[in-house]
Amino acid sequence: MRKQFKKLKRTEKDWKQNIVILGIVFVVTIILFLFFPSKREVMIVTFEKFFIEMISILPAVLILMGLFTVFISKKMVMRYLGEAAGIKAIFLGILMGALPTGPLYIAFPIASVLLKKGVRVASVVSFLSAWACIKIPQEMVELQFLGFKFMALRLFLTIIFVIIMGIFIEWAVKLTNQK
Amino acid sequence: MSSSFVFINIFAISCLIFAFIKDKRKAIQGVVIALRNFIKIIPTILAVILSITLLLAFFSEKQISQIVGDKAGFIGIIIVAFLGSILQIPSLISFPLAASLLKRGASITLIAVFITTLTMVGIITLPLEIKAVGKRIALMRNGISFIIAIIIGIILGMIL
Repeated sequence: MRKQFKKLKRTEKDWKQNIVILGIVFVVTIILFLFFPSKREVMIVTFEKFFIEMISILPAVLILMGLFTVFISKKMVMRYLGEAAGIKAIFLGILMGALPTGPLYIAFPIASVLLKKGVRVASVVSFLSAWACIKIPQEMVELQFLGFKFMALRLFLTIIFVIIMGIFIEWAVKLTNQK
Repeated sequence: MSSSFVFINIFAISCLIFAFIKDKRKAIQGVVIALRNFIKIIPTILAVILSITLLLAFFSEKQISQIVGDKAGFIGIIIVAFLGSILQIPSLISFPLAASLLKRGASITLIAVFITTLTMVGIITLPLEIKAVGKRIALMRNGISFIIAIIIGIILGMIL
């Protein structure tokens, strides 16, 4: 309870800090806008374009994140990953990590429990990496701003390398354990 | 209207409808979380969009490409990779920033390296990760991810 309260306090402080930053950027923008009439048109067009592009997908992305947070519990992730074996465990690790359910520090305790439960190291590593960089809403924002080719190719390469890394780390851990 | 806009929103709406059919109470809870996150993130998003506006209005293609362009070379890649590993920018807002830099002649490799290290490598969260999965796995995961990010960036730069 107390911990939760502390966390709430912190996010509130962060929020105020972000408002201050926004205020500073806003004032600088207004000053430059007033002093450089020749730049006004570019500024308005750019702001409008990026603002519309962001606001047209932001609610959808946030709703997806909210829904996944509520519907997919830590317990579910642990149950699914805890039972899987073989190469399936690695893919399941990536899939579970890719579900949009909050920042990386939430994934650490899950990973810790999974390791203690004896889940494959490769699966836990791919789970952590996917949680960090293959989040579904994140891919959507990337699609919107950087285009399909960039997003798809980066996603494909990331998945391939994450799998290789998972298997390699598992192998290295086994090797050092034997010594 | 771009096709990605249509796709993302249709996907979200279908998920929302499905959620309401399955469990109304939980669905409402999810929407409340979304609203709370919206309030939380909107100042940062506005600040970043304003910064992008300034960047695109006051820096020429030549100036930007000199710093993060193709001429930055391998040392540039390493610097960007370190920046990405240390900085804690939410990926949600790193993409518009990346798009604006690309528009002004930044190299695809550098942008891809930056985005990948930003998400995959976390020096700030490393102590937490070590506590959770042990020194060996945490250090290897972050170290290898750093190298992977650079390889992914180089491949992307060659293909795109």
